[in-house]
Amino acid sequence: MKEVELNTTTINFGPQHPAAHGVLRLVVELEGEVVQRAEPHIGLLHRGTEKLIEYKTYLQAVPYFDRLDYVSPMCQEHAFALATENLLGINVPERAKYIRVIFAEITRILNHLLNIPAYAADIGAVTPFLWCFEEREKLLEFHEAVSGARFHAAYFRPGGVHQDMPEGMEEKLFEHFKTLPKFIDDLESLLTNNRILRQRSVDIGIISKSEAIEWGCSGPVLRSAGVAWDLRRSQPYDAYDQVDFEVPVGKKGDCFDRYLVRIEEMRQSISIINQCLNKIKPGPISIEDNKITPPKRNQMKKSMEALIHHFKLFTEGYRVPAGQVYSAVEAPKGEFGVYLVSDGSSKPYRCKIRAPGFAHLQTLDHLSKGHLMADIAAILGSLDIVFGEIDR
Amino acid sequence: MIKILTKIDGINNVLENNNLLEIEFEKKNIIKIFNKLKDKTELNFNQLLDITAVDYPSREFRFDLIYILQSLTKNKKIILKTFVKENENIESITNIHKSADWYERECYDLFGIEFINHPDLRRIMTDYNFEGYPLRKDFPLTGHTEVRYDDLEKKVIYEPVKLTQEFRNFDSESPWEGMENKLFGDEKSTGEN
Repeated sequence: MKEVELNTTTINFGPQHPAAHGVLRLVVELEGEVVQRAEPHIGLLHRGTEKLIEYKTYLQAVPYFDRLDYVSPMCQEHAFALATENLLGINVPERAKYIRVIFAEITRILNHLLNIPAYAADIGAVTPFLWCFEEREKLLEFHEAVSGARFHAAYFRPGGVHQDMPEGMEEKLFEHFKTLPKFIDDLESLLTNNRILRQRSVDIGIISKSEAIEWGCSGPVLRSAGVAWDLRRSQPYDAYDQVDFEVPVGKKGDCFDRYLVRIEEMRQSISIINQCLNKIKPGPISIEDNKITPPKRNQMKKSMEALIHHFKLFTEGYRVPAGQVYSAVEAPKGEFGVYLVSDGSSKPYRCKIRAPGFAHLQTLDHLSKGHLMADIAAILGSLDIVFGEIDR
Repeated sequence: MIKILTKIDGINNVLENNNLLEIEFEKKNIIKIFNKLKDKTELNFNQLLDITAVDYPSREFRFDLIYILQSLTKNKKIILKTFVKENENIESITNIHKSADWYERECYDLFGIEFINHPDLRRIMTDYNFEGYPLRKDFPLTGHTEVRYDDLEKKVIYEPVKLTQEFRNFDSESPWEGMENKLFGDEKSTGEN
């Protein structure tokens, strides 16, 4: 038998590593400093969300979605709310649709405001991190104003949203989004033409059009490869068919393109929010059927009927007609889908969560082959990996 | 599109439901079907979004195996469904859709469905040396083992789950709606007398 000498070194990257964006264990096979194989071991943050949801009512399942991808909570609630509404066969009121779109876009900006500086920090720039966190804090105040919580909002609920925006919120949002474009320009002045950022990201981790589709990529990763695919455009939900926006695409599909796509998406989000603020009208914020949405508190204090409804909704919950449905939204990271099976009771029979990051992390081995060890950090950062949603 | 789909060998049932096509197919034809769905220009379902399963312990064919496909050119999503018995396996589609790799591993890990010709069928989500299939309905919500750091042994140890309070799953369904509303003696009131 012929003996082959292997010159590879196998190293263990993570599970505790600042560039791993959470708990990722990578087994990397190196030849010198060149990556031959990178094998992700995931599941270190597996909490069994899908199993837990089977034991909760539809309303109680909502907060679990905040805890999946914890940097873009509201977009995930959105997918679950749409799936449940689809099974229930209800249509949410106009105002709720606009509020949802506004907050889904704020969430998108929040997500990109974390991903871009985290990516920059991975490859050597620290200032954007500090800048963006200040800006994120201002946006999180809007989250807090409507839902009472900065992150774990549980704001989008089947049937509409939890409560109306506080008075004067529209003006505040409008004022805030006047200043944000300037911030994005400033951020770009630090990064886009920066020599180090370009050296570390141009031509790194290239994914072609067909490969991106083949590997199940979506969101900025798919668009950076040149596929103009956006669920908000192609399969619009809620009020996305009422607004006008552009879908930025990349040319090469490398890390730099993914960064540029995200920057442009933030600008488009601001434009979407402004259009929504112009179109939004006063009105109900959830369907007025007390079999699904709970009655108002003051009603509950006066009417026996309302009290019974309230009690039944928060103990048994509402029954959802038997059936199956797959609803997807364009979350900041890509297509976030919920496959929901109901058996006619008040608890989901099965709730499968389709996380975009799961498909993206799968491409890591392919993307990092032939690059240097240090590029793995750049590729991971540009794929926008968050373990809450991958491990579920 | 429904017409083209029903013509494919092995596809039994096509249902349209809110812009979503639900299809049942025969397990033995899976490779042929997925190849056709991908390559036929009128269909072009080129992106595999997800593979998952649903467990119905009381049925003979215990699992519904679900494939979700998307066509970017036709802007359409389909849900494909087939039925699998316990301890039965199914052909892997990793040669047709690369992204199937991890999805099939996940399905194997959480449900125990085996995929033949999968390049690397290992557990993915659960702990190293985990036993059992967590998403099966007969797997308890709390699991079987728990971990803690043992100060004497200076390492993390596994122990059987000890609950300080028994797991409570309240049945809050109203007995009035749940009952079939048949009372003793009812048959007398509807009879011919």
